[in-house]
Amino acid sequence: MPALPLDEAGKYVAAAYLVFLALILVYVVIMGVRLARIEREVAELDEATPERTLAPEEERVP
Amino acid sequence: MYGKGLRALSVATLITLTGAFALVFFYAPNDADQGFVQKIFYLHVPMAIVALCGFVAGGIFAIQHLRTRDARYDLRSYVAIHISLILAVGVLITGAIWARAAWGHWWVWDEPTLVSFLIIFLLYATYQPLRFSIEDPERQARYASVFAVIAGAFVPLNFLAVRLAQAYTHPRVLSTTGGSMPGDMRLTFVIAIIGMALLFVTLWKFEMAAKHARANLRSLRRKLGVEEIPVARRTAAPSL
Repeated sequence: MPALPLDEAGKYVAAAYLVFLALILVYVVIMGVRLARIEREVAELDEATPERTLAPEEERVP
Repeated sequence: MYGKGLRALSVATLITLTGAFALVFFYAPNDADQGFVQKIFYLHVPMAIVALCGFVAGGIFAIQHLRTRDARYDLRSYVAIHISLILAVGVLITGAIWARAAWGHWWVWDEPTLVSFLIIFLLYATYQPLRFSIEDPERQARYASVFAVIAGAFVPLNFLAVRLAQAYTHPRVLSTTGGSMPGDMRLTFVIAIIGMALLFVTLWKFEMAAKHARANLRSLRRKLGVEEIPVARRTAAPSL
């Protein structure tokens, strides 16, 4: 099959590179959502646990 | 542990991939036969090579898991196979686009390179359903590791079998004679492979760091006696 003209070929090349970028973007977005959920849970954990007050011995700096 | 150096790795990946794509469009010449469409080669082939190497890496981690019974190796194997599957989807789609442009068909069933890659992809596509079907975490990890080892061994065998095939349409760019690529194309190709490999490692570390963070969070909840968020459904992903 002879080589496609540039305007035709350009569409295929653009499509291929866009597919690659889309795959990576979707993966990064999904991972971002998961990390946001982890951060939220850490914040909830931080709120749920009481502040630990140090005993007098622990307050002394070595 | 896995988050260490992730930022530097991400920057290196971004720079290398951007450099590779700049070389593709501004440095590497057009192919004499296929013209501009051949630019897809610098994306499709590195992705295929890295995906296949990722599957083999999954098998190697699985061997380590079976030897040491250390759950961390099972997680490494799972993540390697997961990332490779994503890249394999990219290989199949970009390959179909390139085939349509170069040969006039989206897919050619009598081409061994295409069909063998599809077989590998479908084989690994059963990995997660296999894990999901086994409730007991230790059995799940063990069976998945056995699967990953066998499937990982199949990848190079399959590659060899295709190489020995007599008739082919799919171009051979890496041959025993060193390939027929001129220097500027070869340089672009090498940079593209390095970029794709860096991308794989970055995504692998990224996902490992996320899974470790989740495991640490769960452990912290248990230690502090805080009520666990109920898990709505089973998961195929290993937990530490």
